Amino acid sequence: MTSLPDRPAGAKKLGLVIDLDTCVGCQACATNCKEWNASGHSAPLPDFKPYSAGAEGVWFNRVHSYEAGEGEQGRTVHFPRSCLHCETPACVTVCPTGASYKRAEDGIVLVNAETCIGCGLCAWACPYGAREMDEDSGVMKKCTLCIDRIYNETIPEAQRQPACVITCPTRARHFGDLGDPDSAVSQLVARRGGQDLMPELGYGPVNKYLQPRERSSALTEAKPVEDAPTPMDIPNPLLRWMDRVLSR
Amino acid sequence: MPEAPTPSHAFATPTPNDDPQVQYSPPVGDAVKTTTCYMCACRCGIKVHLKDGRVRYIEGNPDHPVNRGVLCGKGSAGIMTQYSPARLQAPLLRVGERGSGEFKEISWAEALDTATGWLRRVRETDPKRLAFFTGRDQSQSLTGFWAAQFGTPNFAAHGGFCSVNMAAGGLYSIGGSFWEFGEPDWDRTRLFLMFGVAEDHDSNPVKLGLSKLKERGAKFVSVNPVRTGYSAIADEWVGIRPGTDGLLVLALVHELLRADRVDLDFLARYTNATWLIVRDPGGADDGLAARDEAGKPLAWDRERGAVDAALPDLSPVLAGEFTLPDGRRVRPVFHLMAERYLGAEYAPEAVAERCGVPAERIRRLAAEIAAVAFEQPVVVEQPWTDTYGRGHERMVGRPVSFHAMRGISAHSNGFHTCRALHLLQMLLGAVDTPGSWRYKSPFPRPIPPAPGPAGKGAKPNTPLAGNILSFPHGPDDLLVDEAGGPLRIDKAFSWEAPLGLHGMMHTVIGNAGAGDPYPIDTLFMFMANMAWNSAMNPGETTRVLTEKRADGEYVIPHVIYSDAYFSETVPYADLILPDTTYLERWDCISILDRPIGSPHGAGDAIRQPVIKPDRDVRPFQDVLIELGARLGLPAFVREDGSPRYKDYPDYITNHERMPGVGPLAGFRGADGSKKGAGEPNPDQLKRYVENGCFWRDHLPPEQGFFKYANKDYLEQSKAMGLMGKSEQIVLQIWSEPLQKFRLAAEGHGAVQPPDRLRERVRTYCDPLPFWYAPLEHGGQDLAHFPISAVTQRPMAHYHSWGSMNAWLRQIHGSNRLYMARSKAREMGLGEDDWVWVESRAGRLKCQLRLMEGVNPDTVWTWNAIGKRAGTWGLTEDSPESTKGFLLNHVISEWLPAQEGFRQANSDPVTGQAAWYDLRVRIERALPEEAGLTDPHPAALRAPPHMPERPAVLRYNANARAGGEARP
Repeated sequence: MTSLPDRPAGAKKLGLVIDLDTCVGCQACATNCKEWNASGHSAPLPDFKPYSAGAEGVWFNRVHSYEAGEGEQGRTVHFPRSCLHCETPACVTVCPTGASYKRAEDGIVLVNAETCIGCGLCAWACPYGAREMDEDSGVMKKCTLCIDRIYNETIPEAQRQPACVITCPTRARHFGDLGDPDSAVSQLVARRGGQDLMPELGYGPVNKYLQPRERSSALTEAKPVEDAPTPMDIPNPLLRWMDRVLSR
Repeated sequence: MPEAPTPSHAFATPTPNDDPQVQYSPPVGDAVKTTTCYMCACRCGIKVHLKDGRVRYIEGNPDHPVNRGVLCGKGSAGIMTQYSPARLQAPLLRVGERGSGEFKEISWAEALDTATGWLRRVRETDPKRLAFFTGRDQSQSLTGFWAAQFGTPNFAAHGGFCSVNMAAGGLYSIGGSFWEFGEPDWDRTRLFLMFGVAEDHDSNPVKLGLSKLKERGAKFVSVNPVRTGYSAIADEWVGIRPGTDGLLVLALVHELLRADRVDLDFLARYTNATWLIVRDPGGADDGLAARDEAGKPLAWDRERGAVDAALPDLSPVLAGEFTLPDGRRVRPVFHLMAERYLGAEYAPEAVAERCGVPAERIRRLAAEIAAVAFEQPVVVEQPWTDTYGRGHERMVGRPVSFHAMRGISAHSNGFHTCRALHLLQMLLGAVDTPGSWRYKSPFPRPIPPAPGPAGKGAKPNTPLAGNILSFPHGPDDLLVDEAGGPLRIDKAFSWEAPLGLHGMMHTVIGNAGAGDPYPIDTLFMFMANMAWNSAMNPGETTRVLTEKRADGEYVIPHVIYSDAYFSETVPYADLILPDTTYLERWDCISILDRPIGSPHGAGDAIRQPVIKPDRDVRPFQDVLIELGARLGLPAFVREDGSPRYKDYPDYITNHERMPGVGPLAGFRGADGSKKGAGEPNPDQLKRYVENGCFWRDHLPPEQGFFKYANKDYLEQSKAMGLMGKSEQIVLQIWSEPLQKFRLAAEGHGAVQPPDRLRERVRTYCDPLPFWYAPLEHGGQDLAHFPISAVTQRPMAHYHSWGSMNAWLRQIHGSNRLYMARSKAREMGLGEDDWVWVESRAGRLKCQLRLMEGVNPDTVWTWNAIGKRAGTWGLTEDSPESTKGFLLNHVISEWLPAQEGFRQANSDPVTGQAAWYDLRVRIERALPEEAGLTDPHPAALRAPPHMPERPAVLRYNANARAGGEARP
């Protein structure tokens, strides 16, 4: 079993804020993650049977689509899913070799490929399905929060964010320190009532989801242009425009 | 494009730490190059990071005006398209029967000798017997010019089966169009209505824009039979029945007119609402604008009567009937327009049932539109000057905006539906104002934008003068013979499709096979998957491609095809010219074709090769230029007959279409200091590369809006060579070119339609937009085919190119038929059931998936995921061919024989392929029929020496040679 680091209150908690109100399910975050990480910290992310039936690979980020409600009243929700970098991650505490670990510095949960024995206990322990077994090398892999991007001094500062964030075409993904109440992401979470995924399980996920907004906006309350339809048998509705004085 | 802010850097500097597992600052690669993406038509700027000559990472270019650093799911998967085992390896010559897939590899010298031989014979005898059609192409300024030099009128790209209705509807109404050529004022619009966007154009700009709307709390309404993608995040989803959008839009027009909620000042200033239209039923001038001796349209001035409609002090009367001094009776356009749409047939109650949208909801939408437009005007404190030279202190706009695309376009009533949307914009005064829809450069353009199409009088060894795809102004510009028959193989610009601006590629093979209007000798195609997903009825298309005459010769004797990949069309060609990938070549996103202009100014872009091909392939454009030189096409050779251009980069740099105007507008002039017009700059491409492979101009703020009447903007555009004159562009509610076609149908003028087409031309060439049921629906029993069937493009795929991608096919490896759960319940069908989908043209078998967010009378599927077994580098058991399917198999390329002759399944005005008019019936398949899609044509055989397919793909650009996994 692996122990968690001592992390004082207010310690840095790097994570993502994902806005379900603007995610259109385009898969940009999924494939950009895949291409960054294919040659990144946990490389490679193998794909089995890539050109035949049963193609299946290792992805750190997957987008699911759901419908809720019936007919026109329902809604379609696109839901990107990746490691939530929990505060008390069962995937770490369950690890028999210490390969799974939570970093003291920033709270990122990583796997040490050299000590991982591929037993898969962590995948059983994770309720979010965020772990990805690389059957090829027998090593468990997962979202690293692009640890080889976010501190990378060879990358322009504005781009030192996870690949999924930098690429998101609807700007539905945000990265930052959720341990700092004044950070932009914490403020966003506060403003929009960001939520934990399955908080009742008690793992303290760091990533937050912003709910789709209510669909009724003030605009929809506009009344019909006139309360009753104009009777179309009035002699000539065009008459009203004949005397309208217009100029350029 | 909105000026998106640079993403905020939320997180501070690196922390020193002692985690030995992590290498914090590995160099991304050993080189980074900018270029332009090609995973769809969006033309985003990308940065390609390379490691040891392999692609390490592709990211959006933060400086690029199209995508501002973001990159979609397709673009981010470019690595796997680059290294796909479907890449063709070398030129191929067919050695077996067509379709057998038996090829031998040949040298480029032999390939070009062969092509030159075939093409030379055609050009020396009858150049129109070459049909040169390109598919998903971004080099039409070259290919179209090459075709004109060759002397064949039979050229087009894929616009005719894509979205010509959007182009034609827009260009003949407001001098610009939706598509990717305009966009909402994302920063200011308060109500945005999106019609029929099947998750297509344009991709990242729309996504970036929607995020801005969300951030600002603007309302987004999506009118679409299906609630996926963009529609999923709309504040309101209107699940309309396919093909009825025009009816909904005209009901909105009805409501706005009924309640007198229209912008009369805008109409009087900027549209032809004031023009007087002659009322002379049966006369040759009926329905045309009354004009003065100088040919200027007249308006009725309150004090002076009939005067030049362009007078700055005009006080126009918009309704009434007047008599001109010469005795002719006239009415203003506004009067005729209002009279039509106030008619009871456009009342919400009258359209509600057909649209599947309740009347109260239509009225409420109209009320919202009016409330936002007229009660919440947007003011930009920016003085500007109109074309009369009058100064305006500020810019006041209507913050209601619209966007529309394929779901409007791919219907046989799409042209008029698109016109109806532009009419709605004009009535609201919501065209290129703050908060409304805006033109992207180089639009607006004059209406119509240019002279008629070239193509008359094709002669051996003689170029055609002018542009092959251009803009008819009336019957005299049509490409027809003396009997009114078509001059083009696809019949575009004939009476069957007078505004066939983009050609009609979907008819070419069928027409050539039938010798209607004439047989051809050589079919030359580039990236057009006409044997599969680009064809209506692929089975019939491949039958024609393999059909032989009595003498044993193929009906289409020569087929030359260029593609980078082993697509379904490859086995049906005789000569394959393998293209490079988009990362291996120069390209030009040309100002003459499809530039990347924005509302903020002109722009264009290039691709540069970022990696070297590892196969015996050549960029198609280089090959075309060499063929041009070998054939002696005048513009491609020097006086001594030697090649004028070494390759495509040389052409991009040095070709001048007009003096000073070439493929690229930026960095012109000897020192690169000129924009738009200027002599060629030998270092132009170098300057583009230094600038991130794009160029953009920045309009000064006074030129930002009202561009159709903005003096400074129009003068500047003329100076840059973007248009020939700087007069006001009067937006056209009433379309005179259409009325001219109608008058011909009524017997006036020298160029007459054949009798069998008169009624059709008279009906559909209506000068005002109107709604009619899709033509497909006539002549068949709709009760027997009660359900509409349409397709959408998944955001992670774009046509077939790229969908064989090892990563993307894990996201969409097969497609289902999506049906409303309520409908399935009613029909006794369930999730995962295998069903037969039958249309009047045939039937197919596929598997159901049920959902809530779809119009109950509509089924849909993802487009172009189904593949023919054996192709695209995939094994025969791949779900793309076992479970994936194409709706194309049940879409006929011909209309029901309702008019007694073979008529393309197309819009009668533009020739746009009417993909979405399809009606079907659905029945459960027998249990023993489950499991395999149908039709399931025999597997195609791969060309020789295709790359091995790995059982496990361990892509890692950082892997050392011979090394595995981690460095």
